[in-house]
Amino acid sequence: MAVIIEKNTKILIQGFTGKMGTFHAEEMIKYGSNVVGGVTPGKGGQKHLDRPVFNTVKDAVKHTGATASILFVPPAFAADSAMEAADAGIKTCVAIVDGIPSHDMIRIKRYMRRYSRNEKMTLVGPNCAGIISPGKSMLGIMPGHIYKEGKVGIISRSGTLGYEAAEQMKNLGIGISTSVGIGGDPINGSSFRDIIEKFETDNETDAILMIGEIGGPQEVAAGEFAKDNMKKPVIGYIAGLTAPKGRVMGHAGAIVSAYGESAVEKVELLKECGVTISKNPSVMGETVKSVLNGKKI
Amino acid sequence: MDIHEYQAKEILSSFGVTVPRGGIVYSPETAENKAREIGGSKWVVKAQIHSGARGKAGGVIICNTPLEVAQATDKLLGKKLVTNQTGPEGKIVNRIYIEEATDIEKELYLGLVFDRSSESIMVVASTEGGMSVEEIAKEKPQSIIRSKIEVAVGIQSFQARELAFGLGIEPELIRRASETIIGCAKAFSELDATMVEVNPLVISKQKQILALDCKMSFDNNAMFRRDKVSELRDKTQEDEKEVYASDRGLNYVSLDGNIGNIINGAGLAMASMDMIKLAGGEPANFLDVGGGATPEKIVKAFKLITMDKKVKVILVNIFAGINRCDWVAEGIVQALEKIEIKVPLVIRLAGTNVEKGNKILRDSKLNYIEANTLEDAANKAVAALKK
Repeated sequence: MAVIIEKNTKILIQGFTGKMGTFHAEEMIKYGSNVVGGVTPGKGGQKHLDRPVFNTVKDAVKHTGATASILFVPPAFAADSAMEAADAGIKTCVAIVDGIPSHDMIRIKRYMRRYSRNEKMTLVGPNCAGIISPGKSMLGIMPGHIYKEGKVGIISRSGTLGYEAAEQMKNLGIGISTSVGIGGDPINGSSFRDIIEKFETDNETDAILMIGEIGGPQEVAAGEFAKDNMKKPVIGYIAGLTAPKGRVMGHAGAIVSAYGESAVEKVELLKECGVTISKNPSVMGETVKSVLNGKKI
Repeated sequence: MDIHEYQAKEILSSFGVTVPRGGIVYSPETAENKAREIGGSKWVVKAQIHSGARGKAGGVIICNTPLEVAQATDKLLGKKLVTNQTGPEGKIVNRIYIEEATDIEKELYLGLVFDRSSESIMVVASTEGGMSVEEIAKEKPQSIIRSKIEVAVGIQSFQARELAFGLGIEPELIRRASETIIGCAKAFSELDATMVEVNPLVISKQKQILALDCKMSFDNNAMFRRDKVSELRDKTQEDEKEVYASDRGLNYVSLDGNIGNIINGAGLAMASMDMIKLAGGEPANFLDVGGGATPEKIVKAFKLITMDKKVKVILVNIFAGINRCDWVAEGIVQALEKIEIKVPLVIRLAGTNVEKGNKILRDSKLNYIEANTLEDAANKAVAALKK
């Protein structure tokens, strides 16, 4: 069993009939994901891509038994859609959208505190590429074919840098159990620590590659968790050596505002936690390979 | 998004924070009259730029007569003020804020920011106002007190009181101090701010609690629902190329090096810049054209990079996923039919259909250097620079 999603996980598309929702739903279906329908308020009862459209997530869950959803709704409505998914009993929700206000993200996370641990939805993103378990299912917008099936877990804030890593690994014959894009925003649904914890208990994952960047405390928090609680090796890379302090580097969350948030400081702190650091982004694959071969770097 | 001091003061005063009397002027002619209107016998003339540390840079002048106010305004207007936060190019002064001078008894610090660890709003206060929060943290860390605001319910009166007592404020002023803290917290929550800083927050000799200098920043992602705040944007305070970029949907940050970058995705852009640095070069910019790297965005990106005179080499690094390399390559070829590039150009494509993409580039008339890996691209860009 893969972490978070499985081969037959039933998936809903929120914002199904829009341009983005349609395009990526088609890609997911082509990859083999089990897309069972979608939600567009006001279009319930119609068919789209041969699948039913519902007015509400509750209706959709009731009729399809879906447990996962992916959001393709504009940023202004994304918080509402994520809370609707949580309330309808969706277990995993991926928010692709870039541009959700930070206040809204905090509101979503507080809203979800009403659910007990077992009933609580895992929110991934926003501003992310989504989740893929190669050969099983894709709940995201990544190019599925660059991911080889295998036993390394990837967690990445960036989309394209995650693709870069997956391709480097594929070229070296290394496969991936699951890749999770947690997104580039300052407040996100799942942190590095949340996902790394899932990988530790996943019997299909042997090692984890964390691709971080400047800004925020999350990479180091995951490193500290790994040091105290994990047996599987963790490899890390932090982007943004040249980023000036106090400037936002594309991702809303990529800004150095406190000690421990620059690339150099994060690398030092992660090393102290026993994380093997990829010395540059061109050797992420090679670094994973040598760790898998049991070599010390 | 940042705003000016006087704009932050207007906002905070609408949330119940007391600020000294003052007014904004755009010319020396109106300054003298404005000083009389404000009244009193001593004024502070403050250059309005998006930067702190203006006092040390000569941007704050104390005046004793309305005539002096006019002279100080004349001296500052149109000037480029260089502070330790603006970079060597400085920022232009187009607006002057004139304020009645305050008799200061005590200077305090009050700041509110998002705390990413606890995902709440953190209030930071200190008895050591007037210094930057970094200086306070370094020199007087024991003076700092903090309080976390639960976003869903907002700040509570007891939290504001605790902070006020923690600052050693005398009992008869606690109520006003609490109201000031609550006002700042409400402004933060209700306007999608990311930072509110009152430094210094002063107790005057007349026992008033006044916000003497204020700074506010806002969440760009929330501007769609903050019409009034987004109107306060002052593009004259931003880098010209960064304004050009943001108006065209590009993520761009101007830097000091000479290797221009065009990359898709923020993380990959930072990683490519890291490789340039490790190869011995310096990036001239951060530029993310978006994960999709559409031909339109690539044209805009080339236009932007060619505006930057310090660029001596251009490095293009695109990881094409669902958008294929052949499509991206066609976009690059089309873009360069319209824009002339006079410096060496290194292109690295990766991902879907990379062979097809590279063939399209090779078969075009384009004069460029082909690269295969991230490392190869950075090395070739730095080598091209040295030729």
